[in-house]
Amino acid sequence: MTDGGRRPRVAVIVFPGSNCDRDALAAVEAVGGEAVPVWHQSKDLQRCGAVILPGGFSYGDYLRAGAMAAHSPVMKAVRRHAEQGGAVLGICNGFQVLLEVGLLPGAMLMNRSLRFVCRDVYVRVERADLPLVRTLQPGQVLRLPVAHKEGNWFAEPAVVREVEQRGAVALRYCDPSGQVRLDANPNGALENIAGLINREGNVLGMMPHPERRVSRLLGGEDGRALLRALVEAA
Amino acid sequence: MRWDAEANAELAREHGLYPEEWERLLEALGRAPNLVELGIFSVLWSEHCSYKSSRAHLRKLPTRGPRVVQGPGENAGVVAVGEGWVAVFKMESHNHPSFIEPYQGAATGVGGILRDVFTMGARPIMLLDSLRFGDPGAPRMRHLVDGVVRGIGDYGNCVGVPTVGGEVDFHATYNGNILVNAMAVGVAREDGIFYGRASGPGNRVVYMGSKTGRDGIHGATMASDVFDEAASAKRPTVQVGDPFTEKLLIECCLELMSRGLVVGIQDMGAAGLTSSSFEMASRAGCGLELDLDAVPVREAGMTPYELMLSESQERMLLIVAPGNVPSVINLCKRWGLDATDIGRVIEEPVVRATFGGGPAFELPIAPLVDEAPRYERPYQRPEPAAPATLPALRDRDWGAELKTLLSAPHLASARRIWEQYDQSVGAATVVGPGADAALVLIPGTRIGLAATTDCNSFACGLDPFAGAAQAVAEAMRNLACVGAEPLGVTDCLNFGSPESPAVMGQFVAAIEGMAEACRALEIPIVSGNVSFYNETSGQSILPTPTIGMVGVVPEVRHVPRGSWELGEALYLLGPLDGELGASRYLQVILGLDAGPVPPVDHVAERRRCRVVAELVRLGLVAATDISDGGLAAALVRMGSPDCGADLTIPWDSLVARVLFGEWLGRFLLAVQPACEPALVQACEGMELHRLGTVGGDRLVVRVGKRIVLSESMAELCALPQRLLEWMEGVQA
Repeated sequence: MTDGGRRPRVAVIVFPGSNCDRDALAAVEAVGGEAVPVWHQSKDLQRCGAVILPGGFSYGDYLRAGAMAAHSPVMKAVRRHAEQGGAVLGICNGFQVLLEVGLLPGAMLMNRSLRFVCRDVYVRVERADLPLVRTLQPGQVLRLPVAHKEGNWFAEPAVVREVEQRGAVALRYCDPSGQVRLDANPNGALENIAGLINREGNVLGMMPHPERRVSRLLGGEDGRALLRALVEAA
Repeated sequence: MRWDAEANAELAREHGLYPEEWERLLEALGRAPNLVELGIFSVLWSEHCSYKSSRAHLRKLPTRGPRVVQGPGENAGVVAVGEGWVAVFKMESHNHPSFIEPYQGAATGVGGILRDVFTMGARPIMLLDSLRFGDPGAPRMRHLVDGVVRGIGDYGNCVGVPTVGGEVDFHATYNGNILVNAMAVGVAREDGIFYGRASGPGNRVVYMGSKTGRDGIHGATMASDVFDEAASAKRPTVQVGDPFTEKLLIECCLELMSRGLVVGIQDMGAAGLTSSSFEMASRAGCGLELDLDAVPVREAGMTPYELMLSESQERMLLIVAPGNVPSVINLCKRWGLDATDIGRVIEEPVVRATFGGGPAFELPIAPLVDEAPRYERPYQRPEPAAPATLPALRDRDWGAELKTLLSAPHLASARRIWEQYDQSVGAATVVGPGADAALVLIPGTRIGLAATTDCNSFACGLDPFAGAAQAVAEAMRNLACVGAEPLGVTDCLNFGSPESPAVMGQFVAAIEGMAEACRALEIPIVSGNVSFYNETSGQSILPTPTIGMVGVVPEVRHVPRGSWELGEALYLLGPLDGELGASRYLQVILGLDAGPVPPVDHVAERRRCRVVAELVRLGLVAATDISDGGLAAALVRMGSPDCGADLTIPWDSLVARVLFGEWLGRFLLAVQPACEPALVQACEGMELHRLGTVGGDRLVVRVGKRIVLSESMAELCALPQRLLEWMEGVQA
């Protein structure tokens, strides 16, 4: 939705309890977008062409991670936006919300360790031919931080098969050389799934935090490309 | 008994007041108090709130400096950082609650310290935790470690403030009284600081946040008492935390303040509504009128006694101009928070409350706050532990001894702990946990704030004066390793009972040691906390004066690194020989609790720290401070499983002193060969030793031409991980 050289507008949804919203706003600006905070009670997306559902603990996550957020007023607008082909990136808690509203398949269980885990992981790019991942290279390895207690992606076998067959896996936990190994998986997610993308490639959910990696001083710039793809899709 | 019944000496004793304090109360009031008034006296005169045993000595600490904006006495200390920014920070203990109920005790410790910082108008940008546990094998210890770590993690992770540093140590004296010291650092603009002052008669008092329940009544009194076997019966006095509400409070309070809707603000921490109302009124020289019927409650039938003494978490007290009350309430509603007008500021210096249509209490403020009891407790100055008579430390199996040392709880890696904390939320963490100090950018700038917590309680037990001074020096060295110059200190002084002259002597000596070091190093102490009565059934903890130090890197251009790289040269800055007194080598390998703890050489420390900080800022060296476990442990810390080093020390060296000696302000530096001349030039006039080079997968140490130590780096690096793996029950 660029007009007359204006920067593409990207909405960052702010739920009560979101805590990566300011990081996402700053990261969007860092890759050339215009970041717009959109409050959870808003009924529209304020003319934004793309949406980030940021990390955090929406509504405290006292029920199931993302479960309350899925029923907030703004999510109606996000769903409509996604169904019309608009770009949506869900990060961490945002990924959990996308699963709760059914824009992506499966559910999140508590990590295999039953503990919160925060560390750098490596993810291998499985798809690079869809709008939200087109700035990446297939097989490329990204180093990004995870920080969550419920990132253990789970689905019944038929769904897992379908996800694999249709190429819905965007990112997989791997070792630094790109080998998908169990000991590279921080949470027990089935098939080492770190990120899922929908058929049209406009809805991407991922557990690692690209918005925390847009500066050389802050652990590297491996998150920039993903955010750039989102801004370009806005 | 009804809340408005007249109190007597017997009830006063049950509330923890000494007989002479009861007399003093009667005299101040000119009448007998009712029960709620007695409750208010008892918490405000408790050690926890009044600092009655410590205040006389705390005066010795240097609290002024050109950068100090606010010293001790407010919710947190404030120092100028530069470019219009200020750093707001404080450390506080939550020891007693965490021993009774580790999860909630630690969680609410984090919540409380965050409120102290954002109450001042600052956005919290980092958390650190200094933890002390008992013998790893002691009863309940796994449960305590697990609960404390989960509590800290679940709270800090949810509110979205990164936990970036801290320390963990173990000692049997903490078996019945663990220490949980939480530190928060926030940032604000110089002109955006708010104070806990109830000023401007006619202004309204607004209660904001969670409703008041019956939890935590008499928490402050509990924190001012020793433990005994009945401690678990005190579980109901531990508060329950709600980090989601805290997150809303942070955002809502910062928004209220930035819109200029608040005159004064304070959180309801220890002693809840009582301390917040009396302290705010006292600072402003005003009084308050409160309508206790208006206080939002969780359950029906709560009495004024319970309302005034509840320590329900996530509550704030605001002073608001009458015209702004509707805007305040509306903004709170937007954030889903309750806000209620419960009273007003008055000129008369009293706090007066009504309940059920009648008076509940009326108390003058001065006797409770400024004129609270002060004690000059008798104390016995400790004799520093005698120097050890050491065996001839020659031709020992240094490799085996290093491995034993690395397996000791004191050198255990806390990696498994900090991986349970969100270290990078906020997207500003340059250096996170596991390094000498943490380094976090002020949002939207390249200004780095560094922070560290330090205290070697083993050394403090042997010589509280020198041990506390060394804690200050070590904190400064740790800051230097990430390129930072010190700005200020917050302290958390954990000791046994002040009624014991021996403990009081440790306390006085530690304060004097800190004061001397801070004065000589020109680092002001701007906030702090005293935690007495850390003892169980007569067994006192090691004196543990924890130092939290904050520093600044005016412009971060390079990421400080804590690891060496292949091909680099290794240098030791400072004397080749360390001091074995009070070293981990003595404690663990020789089984000697012996000194001496050397004094701090202020001039040398400052000179070296300045040079190291500058070299790190320029990206020329990787640096680590040589502390627990000496040079040998520093080498393992700086190395990696697949990258070792080959060192040669002079043929006439005393291996034990070089490898395992501590103290004396030594640094290990790694530098690219091309930068060696620059390093040598920068360190001109200082003692600098070239030790060897990085390479191979072993740590090799030669004395002259003879190899005295050669061990696999992979094996050495794995050893410090073992303890927490074992405590978590993980199969290695």
